[in-house]
Amino acid sequence: MTTPVLSVRDLVVQFPTRRGTLTAVDRISFDIAPGEVVGVVGESGAGKSMTGAAVIGLLEPPGRIAGGEIWLKGERIDNLAPEAMRQIRGKRIGMVFQDPLTSLNPLYTVGEQLMETIQTHTRLTSAQARARAIDLLTEVGIPAPDKRIDAYPHQFSGGMRQRVVLALALCAEPELVIADEPTTALDVSVQAQIITLLKNLCKEHGTAVMLITHDMGVIAETADRVAVMYAGRIAEIGPVQDVIKRARHPYTEGLMGSIPSLDATADRLVQIPGSMPRLTAIPQGCAFNPRCPKVFARCLTERPEPMPVGATEVACWLYADGAEKAA
Amino acid sequence: MLLFIIDFRVNRSPFMIAYVVKSLAQAVLVMLAVALVAFSMFRFIGDPVSNLVGQEATLQDREELARDLGLMDPFPVQFARFVSNAAQLQFGVSYRQGRPVADLLAERLPATVELALLSALFALVVGIALGVYTAIYRNGLLSHMILSVSLIGVSLPTFLIGIGLIWLFAVELRWLPSFGRGDVVKIGWWSTGLLTTSGLKSLVMPVLTLGFYQLTLIMRLVRSEMLETMRTDYVKFARARGVPERTIWFRHALKNTMVPVMTIAGLQLGGVIAFAIVTESVFQWPGLGALFVQAVQFVDIPVMAAYLMFVAFVFVVTNLVVDLLYFALDPRLRGAGPASAH
Repeated sequence: MTTPVLSVRDLVVQFPTRRGTLTAVDRISFDIAPGEVVGVVGESGAGKSMTGAAVIGLLEPPGRIAGGEIWLKGERIDNLAPEAMRQIRGKRIGMVFQDPLTSLNPLYTVGEQLMETIQTHTRLTSAQARARAIDLLTEVGIPAPDKRIDAYPHQFSGGMRQRVVLALALCAEPELVIADEPTTALDVSVQAQIITLLKNLCKEHGTAVMLITHDMGVIAETADRVAVMYAGRIAEIGPVQDVIKRARHPYTEGLMGSIPSLDATADRLVQIPGSMPRLTAIPQGCAFNPRCPKVFARCLTERPEPMPVGATEVACWLYADGAEKAA
Repeated sequence: MLLFIIDFRVNRSPFMIAYVVKSLAQAVLVMLAVALVAFSMFRFIGDPVSNLVGQEATLQDREELARDLGLMDPFPVQFARFVSNAAQLQFGVSYRQGRPVADLLAERLPATVELALLSALFALVVGIALGVYTAIYRNGLLSHMILSVSLIGVSLPTFLIGIGLIWLFAVELRWLPSFGRGDVVKIGWWSTGLLTTSGLKSLVMPVLTLGFYQLTLIMRLVRSEMLETMRTDYVKFARARGVPERTIWFRHALKNTMVPVMTIAGLQLGGVIAFAIVTESVFQWPGLGALFVQAVQFVDIPVMAAYLMFVAFVFVVTNLVVDLLYFALDPRLRGAGPASAH
């Protein structure tokens, strides 16, 4: 097996606060293979974005990586000096944020921002960088890129701006792109275009993607594998079809049941009772135990580690002996 | 410093021309309103005829003089005459000194302008630099010290700072002169203290005194705006693109900080020129402020009126310049408009 582009091992992200240390990400591990699209889903506050920020080294203080390791192509990056990490950002790991309207500096043309990024990571001259910027804009589907390159962000629509943001994230041909809810702020009609574009671009360039979202539709359509996060932990991770069609973790089951379907008629959508625990009050044992319909004694005391069930890994005691008791 | 951040490739769109015309019209309107106030001073503060004629003038003398001065004309005619004279810089003759007010102003103007511009420059350059520094190293020891000292600048009255400086540098250390402009050099009608050692030495304390308050104000404004900008998404995204921190500070954050800072700095510059009165009194600086204080003491209305017009003019011009600088700074105002719909 080839070296994964990204390998996260037992990552812990903590926030020291006055009321004690909060653990936003609690010992999670996953790999992303070259060219693979891995979706990360979960409710707000499940630690998805924190994981992304930790990987690219942009956790906002006082948040910090309190444990674990992050490897990029066999090279450990979580303990790099700030300057070394800066050179990796944009060059080897690109990132796309949620809101294209505010991701671009309003006072500079898109060309200036593209050329700035290109020249940060390559030795191209201004003329070469400009030519490259025009190529990139063409590639992300901006019409008349040789003219639009001198336009300011406010002269683009939301969807067009997100295309520019994609061009910016991809301009140094990174090995991995972290897309943190890249379509949440866009119109529904534009969302599909941007996702398709992201998928195609990454396929062409062989770029791996960590796609953070809470939109299961996007995941089903785009991702190869999916990790379901709950309260800072990975509940279930596996091939996207397995997780969606045959969810094994009771939380994933509930999550999938809550998605309306066009084919099946249902009077009521499934709802998981209760809500995700706050970081200050994560229960002992399995974090999902207060809401789990299949809870039993062991869940209340011992935290389950991900255990292999078929092609997926599930952090649930129901699968402790490898058998599919719950199915 | 500003020149390097501001992008002067302003396109001359019709939108911009309309904006300039509107700003100019507003400026003219403000000047007319101030002229009305200045003009009414003549009519309502004392009687100009009594101020001019001697004790033994007859009623006929007074009437003749009033007619000669145009005081019998209807109000709009008199006001129009005042405005047209003012536009030609004719403000009449000082009651006290018997010389044309325009000459008096021209004599005093260089002292005030040199003092005010140097103070503004000092406040702007040091204020922006310290503001950026304290924003970047916001938890540093030096930053905390700078912020504490700046509280003094905000809370101590100007004259106290001036007197304190005089005590330290003129009385105790004897490094700097305590009053006056020192030796000045005449260049045409302009007299400058910038070319002689004693002139420069004389400038130091008044410039520090006058600029200190503005400096602290600008510094605190730059700091808070800069901290605000450093939290924006585009700064986060610039970091994610691997842009070096230095470039983020000075290219991305500082330029976005400049828009609100310019508004305040522009108004402050007007204030510095207009209200140098206190500093000029403390250092016996032979400028416009000192002239105005004397004029008030002797109810020298032509001088007061002219000074009022001058102050208004300075404010109007700085506001106009700030309005135009917005265009240079912020492309969103240039009105090219979104080319594609949302």
